Amino acid sequence: MRWNRKTLGWTVAGVVIVVYSLLPVAWITSLSFKQGDDINNQQFWPTRWSLDNYRTVFDTDLFTSALRNSLGISLIATAISVALATVAAYAIARLEFKGKRAVLSTALAIAMFPTVALVGPLFDMWRSLGIYDTWIGLIIPYISFTLPLAIWTLSSFFRQIPWEMEQAAQVDGATAWQAFRKVIVPLAAPGVATATILVFFFAWNDFVFGISLTATDRARPVPAALAFFTGETFFEQPTAAISAASVIVTIPVMILVLVFQRQIVSGLTSGAVKG
Amino acid sequence: MTGIRLDHLTKTFSGATTPAVDDVSLDIADGEFVILVGPSGCGKSTILRMIVGLEDVTAGDVYIGDALVNDKAPRDRNLAMVFQNYALYPHLNVYENIAFPLRLHHAPDNDVRTRVERAADLLELDELLDRKPAQLSGGQRQRVAMGRAIVRDAEAFLFDEPLSNLDAKLRGQMRTEISRLQNQLGITTVYVTHDQIEAMTLGDRVAVLRKGGVLQQVDVPRVLYEQPVNLFVAGFIGSPPMNFLPATVEASKLHLPIGDIELAPDLAATTAGHDVLIAGVRPEHFEDAATLDDERKQHGLLFHAKVDVIEWLGSEQYAYVPFEAPEQVRRTLSELATELDLEQMRTQLVITLDADTRISEGSDAELWLDPTRMHIFDPESGENLTHGRGVDTRSLTLA
Repeated sequence: MRWNRKTLGWTVAGVVIVVYSLLPVAWITSLSFKQGDDINNQQFWPTRWSLDNYRTVFDTDLFTSALRNSLGISLIATAISVALATVAAYAIARLEFKGKRAVLSTALAIAMFPTVALVGPLFDMWRSLGIYDTWIGLIIPYISFTLPLAIWTLSSFFRQIPWEMEQAAQVDGATAWQAFRKVIVPLAAPGVATATILVFFFAWNDFVFGISLTATDRARPVPAALAFFTGETFFEQPTAAISAASVIVTIPVMILVLVFQRQIVSGLTSGAVKG
Repeated sequence: MTGIRLDHLTKTFSGATTPAVDDVSLDIADGEFVILVGPSGCGKSTILRMIVGLEDVTAGDVYIGDALVNDKAPRDRNLAMVFQNYALYPHLNVYENIAFPLRLHHAPDNDVRTRVERAADLLELDELLDRKPAQLSGGQRQRVAMGRAIVRDAEAFLFDEPLSNLDAKLRGQMRTEISRLQNQLGITTVYVTHDQIEAMTLGDRVAVLRKGGVLQQVDVPRVLYEQPVNLFVAGFIGSPPMNFLPATVEASKLHLPIGDIELAPDLAATTAGHDVLIAGVRPEHFEDAATLDDERKQHGLLFHAKVDVIEWLGSEQYAYVPFEAPEQVRRTLSELATELDLEQMRTQLVITLDADTRISEGSDAELWLDPTRMHIFDPESGENLTHGRGVDTRSLTLA
């Protein structure tokens, strides 16, 4: 009886949370299928389902170029950041060196630094360096802001991997690099996946840098571009189009989560040693 | 294949004041099976890790064959090691786990297949090749770890307490397996264990280490058992352990709580000057006097004692006889017990008797002791004063 009550409680709580978090998504999705004046129909569902908004969105250069920028910038930033963080986290987890604590606390300090405070100086610097409104101009801040997070996540994963794994690999004839690449990285795959998702989300969702450090279609990412959407006429709000764009933007995130879902499920190291 | 030579090997961990391995020299011949045994904290695993290169050498040298390997990386030493926790790669299946060392050397695929299959065949792993380590039982994981060791032509095998995570029954099987494998392959093997039964049954030679990484004695199991150099080795080797009795010398007479024994002149000279000595007798060197003929009775020490507890095991039985010991001996024995990871127990004799013997608990029994098999130790240094005498020299006779 008590068990049933407990289960019921959890189920209710779960449903409440899911509804609460999915409602805005569902609403935006429904909005994106409403055509013309239909957005004022005062109903949740569209009166007539239409793909017009999606067509409109893909017809605008503003959006397509922004999508290209967003994908390119986020993927490059994620790849570099995760690769660097993996190596750095491995060193932090495994090696004894001077200033190890300093590296970790500096990383934490950077992660806590308010981004808005950096935007102004970066704007000036990037302009004088000539990388204002370029991909690299966004990739650099993304990397530096995501590295601490990735390093912390990954180093905790590396710490869980038994030392003996590497020692066994070394005795089997592996160089330190081979042991790292063939044994440690595969074992830390859930960690790498987690870090990848976190880093990609940060870059993909960023608005502050995106709007401040870009000026044209050359580098402007989607979140910033959405702010530049206009309606068909001056009096028309581009709500439906923005909704459609938002739905499209959500898709890569969902794909990423689905791809890494299996990896994130932990327990990969079970059976490595006596368990 | 090659031998391994340790030359005054010493290891002091940073921050530690006393060495973990202290001046150990050991010559392991080509194809020999050598066991490093000792209680926990005696540095036996550290020695193994220095041989394989996972631990730096503080002083002294490690030679593999004729090559000094102190500064070589583990991968350049070409040794195969089986870890206590197996250390299988959980993301690879059994086949790839065994093939791992070969893959690192970019061996061609068909070569890998023949070698892995041969190893799997030898260890009866054929049916498990597609499984992941997580799906294997402890014994199977152990075999995979061994497969990974034997798949390449390593100079030597190193085992670090490979059976300590298995249950008692499986341990017995794997012990035989390892023994058979080593005979078959004839590769130099260094095997670390804290279990003296493993040590005695597996090794060509056994090296006994004591806390602080001091080598006590290296010899074939029989010599360790019959001629221990000191109290530590005597107490460590043998199960149930050797009995230690307090003894005093008066003229040429050795006085034990259970009776007096006449010492041979040379032994009397060695023991002269010691107030108190410790006499060591193995449990099986006692007998129930009722089972002996008169001839044998006369060549041993007969004594009466109250048997406290009897443990009947089917093939034999253990009789426990408590006795009183003076403070000095008690202290020495207590220190020894601590060092051997044993519980400090009451001073008592453990006597192995024939399973047919009809001595009952609490009864007063007439027992017999074979003085020729007795050892005499100096309680201060622990040195065996009777060491080097053949067991049949009859140095000790009846009073």
